[in-house]
Amino acid sequence: MTTTVESTAVDRPAASARRRTGPSYLNTHAAWKWLTAIAGIVIALAMLLPIIWMAFTAFKPESDIVAFPPTLWPRELTFEHFVDVWSRIPFARLYLNTIIFAGSVTLISLLFDSMAAYALARLEFSGRGVVLVLILVLLMLPFQVTLIPLYDMLNSIGLTNTLPGMIIPRMTNAFGIFFLRQFFLSLPKDLEEAARMDGASEWRIYWGVIMPLAKPALLTLGLFHFQYNWNDLLWPLIMSADVESATLPAGLALFMGQHVVEYGLLMAGSLLALLPVIAFFLLIQRSFVAGIATTGLK
Amino acid sequence: MTTLQTAQTAPPQAAAARTDAPRRHRSHRKAITAWLFLTPALLVLAAFTLYPMVQAAYLSLTNYNLIRAAEWVGLDNYVELFGDPAFWNAFWNTVYYAAVVTPVTIGLALVLAVFLDRQFAGRAFVRTAIFLPFIVSLGIIAIAWAFLLDPNIGLLSYWLSQVGIVSGQGVLSDPQWAMPAVMFVGVWKNVGFYMVIYLAGLQSIPEDLHEAARLDGANAWQRFRNVTLPLLSNQTLLVSVMALIASLQAFDQIYVMTHGGPFFRTETLVMLIYREGFQELRFGYGAAISWVLLIFVFLLSMIQYGYSQRRQVRY
Repeated sequence: MTTTVESTAVDRPAASARRRTGPSYLNTHAAWKWLTAIAGIVIALAMLLPIIWMAFTAFKPESDIVAFPPTLWPRELTFEHFVDVWSRIPFARLYLNTIIFAGSVTLISLLFDSMAAYALARLEFSGRGVVLVLILVLLMLPFQVTLIPLYDMLNSIGLTNTLPGMIIPRMTNAFGIFFLRQFFLSLPKDLEEAARMDGASEWRIYWGVIMPLAKPALLTLGLFHFQYNWNDLLWPLIMSADVESATLPAGLALFMGQHVVEYGLLMAGSLLALLPVIAFFLLIQRSFVAGIATTGLK
Repeated sequence: MTTLQTAQTAPPQAAAARTDAPRRHRSHRKAITAWLFLTPALLVLAAFTLYPMVQAAYLSLTNYNLIRAAEWVGLDNYVELFGDPAFWNAFWNTVYYAAVVTPVTIGLALVLAVFLDRQFAGRAFVRTAIFLPFIVSLGIIAIAWAFLLDPNIGLLSYWLSQVGIVSGQGVLSDPQWAMPAVMFVGVWKNVGFYMVIYLAGLQSIPEDLHEAARLDGANAWQRFRNVTLPLLSNQTLLVSVMALIASLQAFDQIYVMTHGGPFFRTETLVMLIYREGFQELRFGYGAAISWVLLIFVFLLSMIQYGYSQRRQVRY
């Protein structure tokens, strides 16, 4: 911080000299700024195109959707898809499944990840290195290799097509443990040393000292877990034989595959399905982006 | 790291401490506490990740198919695999997908990061817009992409036809264009994530380095090439490992947009695992494919890791 402030202070004569070179410089400079801003907006809109298309189409009547040529802007507005989606698809069921699945995985995993991370970052014991290597290896291996045996295992105890069956294998996550361990390592030690001097148990230190300090990291990881499970397609697809027991992405994909594609309905359902994650993200965007930006870079 | 070092450099004190009975007791109790903290996570990982991985290796040596009990067949599945055109098709599709999507995503992320490192009105909005695809469900948003590319009523198809790019049966049913289409969506989905990592890297580069290069007469491209890019190599490494591993596991948009078609042109290894394992219910064969994927991913990440160790940048 101080270096940048100082360097701008030192630069000032040079900068003002540059600025004195005349109005033409100022004009091209302003023009550049405008061009940059316009280019930025164009890129942003292009990136958002499928979401914008989804949002507008959800409000188009079916006749407008199939009309040629297609337009982005609805020629007519209707709310029928948002009404129909609840009856044509077991949408409320899907929604509830997804909330329970993503919500409980997030909460349980945050607890288990942080407990393991605390031991790995703050407690000394023999075997710590081995556990750490194991977690790093699990982090690297593709989870798809577990799908068939996992399905077989859960099937044999009757947990396929159930929410617990979907949730239990996700109760912790190698990435989450690693992520929080890195964060815990960066926390100052004096607070917890003081607590230890006062005779606090390790559990008290973990829960009362470390966890409150780790709030930003927990929020970031929480959004990670939440969006990952809310959005996941393959796992719920495998675990649910029908739309009833699926989550939103799997349910919508199954619906799309089984019926003549009704885009209005699908777009309305999709829009509703995306909203919670987008809202959650916009709410904690700042700490989330700061959190991922530093992931694994320490 | 530091604790490891102190433990190594201080053996005399440690030995002295070890004669101290209460302290030994305390460290023993500490170890128990540590393992208690680890227990829930380790149990879950052992039962639902580690065990299934080993089990997959075992299943890959059997002809298990959910109905029939597992029967040992040795390496038959692997022999069949390496003679199976469907496997090689999926393998090369996966390599093709990863070989295009990984560098394109990283390059684009870098360009966007450099662009968005400048000050301009609306920058925060642009950053958010580019990052947003990363947090929405690929499976769901792929429905919108499929719709945009619908040959009859899709807006993007219509726009493309207006500029002379016409595909009669639609991009997603066109054997030539289906793969580029799902690649495009793959890049679109992740580019914002890598851009954010690059942005953080750009912001951590001390301004005086650029200033020094500028005083030495380096132009913008030279400054980027010789100052910015080398100092971003930590980010490039991290991003390329993540992008490569992610692209080797491509599934969601392919399942929704093309289902592996047309003519298996977009069937990746994960799609093939899904088809063999969960549609044909050939668990043994599917497990064998998944082990090939595992070894493939593991080897590539090891190579990349080794490569990175040699060129880490610190400043």
